[in-house]
Amino acid sequence: MDEQDLRERVNAKIFPHPLNAWYAAGWDWEVNRKQILARTIAGRPMAFYRTEAGRPVALADACWHRLAPLSMGTLVGAEEIQCPYHGLRYNASGRCTRLPAQETLNPSASVPSFPIVERYRYVWVWPGDPTLADPSTIPDMHQLDDPEWAGDGLTIEAACNYQLILDNLMDLTHEEFVHGSSLGQDELSQSEFSTRLESDNHVSVTRWMIDVKPPAFWAKNMRDLDPDFDGRVDRWQIIHYYAPSTICIDVGVAPTGTGAPEGDRSKGVNGYVMNTITPDTERTSHYFWAFMRNYRLDSQKITTELRNGVRGVFGEDEAMLKAQQRAIDANPDYAFYSLNIDAGGIWVRRILDRMLQAEGRLGDSSPTVPSDARALTDAARDPNGPVADAGERSAR
Amino acid sequence: MTNTARLDWRRCRVVESELVADRVRRITIERPAPLGRAAEPGSHIDVRVSLSAEGSSDVRSYSVVESDAAGHRLTITVLLVAHSRGGSAFMHRLAVGDTIEATRPLQDFPLVPGADRHVLLAGGIGVTALVGMGRALARLGGDYRIVYVGRSRSVMAYADLLASEHGERLATHIDADGTALDVDGLVAGIAAEPGRTELLMCGPVRLMDAVRRAWLHAGLSPTDLRFETFGNSGWFDAESFEVSIPELGITTTVSADQTMLDALTAAGAELMWDCRKGECGLCVMAVSQLSGKLDHRDVFLSDRQKAADDQACTCVTRVVAAGADRGRITLHTR
Repeated sequence: MDEQDLRERVNAKIFPHPLNAWYAAGWDWEVNRKQILARTIAGRPMAFYRTEAGRPVALADACWHRLAPLSMGTLVGAEEIQCPYHGLRYNASGRCTRLPAQETLNPSASVPSFPIVERYRYVWVWPGDPTLADPSTIPDMHQLDDPEWAGDGLTIEAACNYQLILDNLMDLTHEEFVHGSSLGQDELSQSEFSTRLESDNHVSVTRWMIDVKPPAFWAKNMRDLDPDFDGRVDRWQIIHYYAPSTICIDVGVAPTGTGAPEGDRSKGVNGYVMNTITPDTERTSHYFWAFMRNYRLDSQKITTELRNGVRGVFGEDEAMLKAQQRAIDANPDYAFYSLNIDAGGIWVRRILDRMLQAEGRLGDSSPTVPSDARALTDAARDPNGPVADAGERSAR
Repeated sequence: MTNTARLDWRRCRVVESELVADRVRRITIERPAPLGRAAEPGSHIDVRVSLSAEGSSDVRSYSVVESDAAGHRLTITVLLVAHSRGGSAFMHRLAVGDTIEATRPLQDFPLVPGADRHVLLAGGIGVTALVGMGRALARLGGDYRIVYVGRSRSVMAYADLLASEHGERLATHIDADGTALDVDGLVAGIAAEPGRTELLMCGPVRLMDAVRRAWLHAGLSPTDLRFETFGNSGWFDAESFEVSIPELGITTTVSADQTMLDALTAAGAELMWDCRKGECGLCVMAVSQLSGKLDHRDVFLSDRQKAADDQACTCVTRVVAAGADRGRITLHTR
């Protein structure tokens, strides 16, 4: 594969999404028998509900007959859904069970049904070739329903391409500028970080800030653990990306000098920021997140405070991502420029590019990548070089 | 609906042709251009075969047993039929380097997720449609069983492969070994299980008919019984007959290789139709007189409606003389 082509593709502003992948379609509680859920997953409108036995179901949200949305219909019997328009009924496999105006069933009467699995408080759906769906490839988000962790989360309907959210989460230096009042501190940009391709579908980015003053969010969490705490900390951020679009971030602080960098986190507080992003359209995404903690597990107050706190922080990201998407669309002639801090995000883009290649869908990206002379003639970045200063970053 | 563009006939090269069991040949063809994705389980290709004795050609359908990820190389497996008209004999003469005309993979028998469990029932060479489905079900980690039925072990080309891929989930029944399948027992077992089982079958008509009868008798939903019969042939061979529509003043002859709908249209009748394969029911007309027997061939009318012989899908239904001097039918627009 030509290297210049690869560079253009991975720097795409509107990134195509793989179809042969598990995506979170919703929270466990969102898929039920009270209200059929209509949601577009990776560009495919789907209707979600549960059978009487509690199994989740995902069907294409368009009746075989005249494409009326099944999500406007009703649930009938143990597992069927009835079209709101002419009463055709389908079972959980999407096969038609009733054609009201005739005595027989047309053998081709069916709507696509999608592989669906409930795990880690989400229902996961596979929008691509159903015969390739393997539930063992659902990314590990076990903290969401592990008794050693507590917490909760919410959904953001983000007005941007899903890859912009992955970029955002793979480079946390933005915390200094976007989240200055809660998470930001100078040391984020100044400290070393290492980026590793752990396997063909897993990238990690690790950053330690040693002997620093905790920002407001972490000072509060330390005091939840120890009301008298008032000192300096060692702070960590270890980002784990799992293809195609899940990012779990191991975050926390411990009193400095208590051995956290060496592996003893017992004096500190540990959180996991669980993020899984599901493409909706090219320019909209379902962003499911949760904040899980491993201390004071029985405190619902802390669960609610943390969820509200992170909602505030992520609201700042949401506003930035929306503005960024608008600027991208308003500037079709300008390309992205990748900096040293983007190493994690670029690994993600390479992995996604490989997945798209395997699906034979590389053609999807080319029309949306305007070639930019500046970007194409510049030398490749040195991944070990110094981090660019804030002035240069904001100029981009 | 079928149309020539979608069938995408291509001249394909034979890259593998090997006898893998008694009278069973595994043939791999390479399409001139890859599809860009693997052929789905349950899909088939149509192949143009020459019937040397008659000097003519015809089309046969064969399930795709294996496909590479790009849909470039497709493997089928063909049983040499003792009294065939020559289609399987033609296929068995193919050698590496030969070329044949074949369509792209066509899908009328998809595997879909959503049932509580699946049973795949393969009879003889019908196993070819189910090998890929078994693999997909294993990957998905669902609850499934495979039942493989054959006359003797020597013709069961995929017995070892299925055993290695599915272990305990495979049950093999061999007539010659005295372990023939108890169809009623199989269906009764399914009816007794809680939840919904979808059964997908491919095999000899006699086996599939027995399963269908047991299935309906057990009160199971016809929706959950899936099967494929290539070329929805009728009970009788096609023959020429006469059709009239008095209110249009049309009387015409339907030749053996023509549909009633086409003959009427050619004679100037403007009729309603859509699918042209006996499924949608848009071409149904009322029958007022019949000389001979109706060979319905559609899946739109119910058994009850077919028994009454007072309506017919003109796109597939035929008339045979069956003792009368000639088949004749009189139709009315409804």
